[in-house]
Amino acid sequence: MYTPHTERDIREMLEAIGVSSLEELLRVPAAVALKAELDIVPALPEYQLARRFEHFARKNTGADAISFLGAGAYRHYAPPAIASLAMRGEFLTAYTPYQAEVSQGYLQAIYEWQSYICLLTGMDIANASVYDGATALAEGSIMAINANGRRKLLVSRAVDPNYRAVLKTYCDGLDVEIDEIAVRADGTTDLDALEAAVASRTYAAVALQSPNFFGAVDGLSPSARDAVEASGTVPITVVSEALSLAALATPASWGAQIVVGEAQSFGVALAYGGPYVGFIASTEEHMRRIPGRLVGKSVDKEGRPAYVLTLQAREQHIRRERATSNICTNQAHCALIATMYLSLMGKTGLRDVAALNLERSREAATAVSSIEGIDLKFTAPFFNEFVIDVHQDTAPVLAALKARGILGGVDLGRFYPEYATCILVAATELTTTADIAALAASLQEVVHVHAHAR
Amino acid sequence: MAQPADLLYSKEHEWVKIDGDVATVGITDYAQNSLGDIVYVELPKVGKKIDQFGNIGVVESVKAVSDLFTPIGGEVIEVNAGLDADPAAVNREPYGAGWLFKVKVADPSQKSNLLSPSDYEAIAVD
Amino acid sequence: MSTLTPDSTQPLIFELGQEGRANRYVETGKPLDAFLPSSLLRSELPLPDNSELDVVRHFTKLSQRTFGIDLGFYPLGSCTMKYNPRVNDAMASLPQFRDLHPYAPDDMAQGALQVMYELERNLASLFGMAAFSLNPSAGAHAELAALLIAKKYYKERGEIRRDKVIVPDTAHGTNPASAAMCGFKVISLPSDERGRVSVEEIKKVLGPDTAVCMMTNPNTLGLFEDHIHEITAAVHAAGGLMYYDGANANAIMGNVRPGDMGFDLMHLNLHKTFTIPHGGGGAGHGPIGVAAHLVDYLPTPLVVATPKSNGDAMGSPSDRLTFALDFDRPKSIGPMRSFWSNFAHAVRALAYIYSNGAEGLAKVSQLAVLNANYVRVKVAEFLEAPYPEICRHEFVVSAQTLKKATGVRALDIAKALLDHGMMAPTVYFPLLVPECLMIEPTETESKETLDRFVEVLRGIVQTAQSDPQQLFDAPVTTVVGRVDETRAARQPNLRWEAQRG
Repeated sequence: MYTPHTERDIREMLEAIGVSSLEELLRVPAAVALKAELDIVPALPEYQLARRFEHFARKNTGADAISFLGAGAYRHYAPPAIASLAMRGEFLTAYTPYQAEVSQGYLQAIYEWQSYICLLTGMDIANASVYDGATALAEGSIMAINANGRRKLLVSRAVDPNYRAVLKTYCDGLDVEIDEIAVRADGTTDLDALEAAVASRTYAAVALQSPNFFGAVDGLSPSARDAVEASGTVPITVVSEALSLAALATPASWGAQIVVGEAQSFGVALAYGGPYVGFIASTEEHMRRIPGRLVGKSVDKEGRPAYVLTLQAREQHIRRERATSNICTNQAHCALIATMYLSLMGKTGLRDVAALNLERSREAATAVSSIEGIDLKFTAPFFNEFVIDVHQDTAPVLAALKARGILGGVDLGRFYPEYATCILVAATELTTTADIAALAASLQEVVHVHAHAR
Repeated sequence: MAQPADLLYSKEHEWVKIDGDVATVGITDYAQNSLGDIVYVELPKVGKKIDQFGNIGVVESVKAVSDLFTPIGGEVIEVNAGLDADPAAVNREPYGAGWLFKVKVADPSQKSNLLSPSDYEAIAVD
Repeated sequence: MSTLTPDSTQPLIFELGQEGRANRYVETGKPLDAFLPSSLLRSELPLPDNSELDVVRHFTKLSQRTFGIDLGFYPLGSCTMKYNPRVNDAMASLPQFRDLHPYAPDDMAQGALQVMYELERNLASLFGMAAFSLNPSAGAHAELAALLIAKKYYKERGEIRRDKVIVPDTAHGTNPASAAMCGFKVISLPSDERGRVSVEEIKKVLGPDTAVCMMTNPNTLGLFEDHIHEITAAVHAAGGLMYYDGANANAIMGNVRPGDMGFDLMHLNLHKTFTIPHGGGGAGHGPIGVAAHLVDYLPTPLVVATPKSNGDAMGSPSDRLTFALDFDRPKSIGPMRSFWSNFAHAVRALAYIYSNGAEGLAKVSQLAVLNANYVRVKVAEFLEAPYPEICRHEFVVSAQTLKKATGVRALDIAKALLDHGMMAPTVYFPLLVPECLMIEPTETESKETLDRFVEVLRGIVQTAQSDPQQLFDAPVTTVVGRVDETRAARQPNLRWEAQRG
């Protein structure tokens, strides 16, 4: 209980109001009175509450396993300075910065976040964040639909299946159709099919992900870029592993007009799926269509530099049913954490982390693919994730690894029936040589056992 | 401010000046005043055919947004390109530098659907 | 310059530091072109290198230029800015919650699933719904889910003519925006002279095209819709669905339930009612609840439970269950977000429920209503109360008369409050009250704090009469004065660029 009222306070306040009891204040018509006893967990004193949650936490044995899980959520090192700064009460307990005069610090931090996202993606503008990567793709697609009025989207099958599922949820509401582009044998998007499809000039946008869901560096070739531009289709790039932006050529460099993605990798905890932080960046021509909050730099009445929420006429509280989006709450605190992460890492640190991800994932890929019965599924260059083909049902393989304390990766068959014998494996700077050796040794045993069983 | 006498008006607070078969369109002083500081005007593209009283754009102020309707139909032949850099012109000179777009009038008889300065004056009051 | 008073400007992080002033959090990496062809690599990475100390000072200074509940009274109407208990954050930060990957297998994530299960069951009981999905990220996100459910529900029933969503004029702006995202047409319904939806008026717009009526109760004027059961009955009779916007749930917990009022769909803003810190704009958490006939449509995944084979008779009932994520729900509208839920916030919300229990939560709402009414009767002594009756957790007053007499607007009052170390109430919402101030004190504030707020506000109204200019100039104690919003929108500067400096 966090209410400060003494019995005397309550008595005096009721008297001031002119009612006799709390019940009188909350009286409702009999027709809507409580119809059932509440079935709620018991109130616990704080020390017992902590025990209860520690009991829950201990059952999450997955948090302590050797993990090669990625697929849109990545385990990276976060300096403790982030938690100590981000948990400051001023940041934690502020509302959306409507009153700019007492929110300059937060507004400046979000302006810095917007700037970081622009610098990393090579785009002109970025918003103050959206819920996550998948909703960023949905909102970015709506921007494109509003830009050219077309009612169809083209999406690569190498885009994260969860993102595509969310896009479909949104598109069912908007009555927008989605067509998919196939994946080539090397693990990248089939650009010939893409060029042929956009030539119909019926697609509002075409979305590719890089690194794509299989970890492969993907993107538009110069000829595909020309075809997309000539067709009036808006090129959207999806980035679900934001760390890759520190190393790979920017989405802007191959023609993206809208870049959407997930910045969880920048210091935001895995936390079983959320909260994370989506971003949307675009070229300047889409500025008035970008959803959500935007922080702008202006001056106060004395001419001092000052930050403020701006271009609010786009938003739901003013435009109501004609707003660019219904988004209101965003992920400001996660964006703040990401801004702190980027500031602490700096250019040098970020490059180092990216290099270590490239190195460890290559070590893992080499170790695993040298095992008999296991191959790398794709040949395209990858960032920190790759797909292995174990040529047998993945469920018993992953279960056997789990029994050895290893989460070996994500079963691709869950999303792609055609890859039912494949596993998506991620390695980051936190993956040790010992982890890789343990994975390889275990796979050797497990796959070997199954080979005999055949 | 009195309504300029050489213009015609719509109930949606737009004005139109007809010069031969070319009509120049803007929003009235009353409209700019009720919207407050205008920050952005979204105009139709040159070449677009628009119908009289059709919704063809948006005027945004800091904290409001208002649909823009054309008082007269035809083909858009010019938009005020200066407004991108200086939307404040609509507040400063709604009948001058703050004009919005020009239309090649399709049907001159549409003039009869518009309000005279005195009729408009009657509705443009607080 | 005092070291304790923030300077008026703090340089951007991009204006600090020197290249190579790096922190050694990881080993030095090899050149990137050792791993990838340079054609795939970016040529430059124009980010600053700062020492950890400089970064810590930078963000500490930014925090000092930010006002939160931890610094003072925050009566922001409709936002429920109550105290955020620290134990919630401590629980959410437990390493086995923090470091758990969303693809961890169910049997290695039983604690997380149990948290989600218990929270879902508790919310269902507390609000009288058959089931909740914890999937949506925030209130507006859950509204969208609800309207997608309605759309799919009607489509499957062959009632595709139902394309109208009724929204009272007191509704939050997200309501019509969400409706538009599902292709529904919005019918705005005016409130009656009592500030409520009138049964007669709503009957006039109901018909075979009615899809959903979106309401909040108490409404955004802080008033309980006392004819709600007649409204829900009328909408149901017309074949429509009732949606409950849970933004004001802090007024009803444990006292009255949307399910009992006849609502079919609802959302909660756990970041309001259930003490999740708002974090300067999010992350939130917006579970969506439905009545029995709509459970199959909920966004995926749901947490399902089965009795343990080796049943443990000890512990609480949920300790005897095994949990799993259920994605295989053919009628579902699908997922609303990348992963399952804003899980860390589910931990916080459940911790809050454990802190209070059923009786405690009922008391929370009673004291929220007590605080609001106490402030209401006092403020009515010097500002117009357009609806002078018992309110729920918040109320509105108008500065219209004051403005006519002195030129001082609601905005000026809001800015003057900032000079007294208090957050301003919500202003200019709801739109139907001119010069509106919407005040929500919340239950965690003491009588002394409320008394001080009333006296500060009374003083501001007196100043309006004696020296209005002082209020037009406010705030003067903050790091900057009023910001030029027109310039911000006319010449958008939305990011740092090297050449801009």
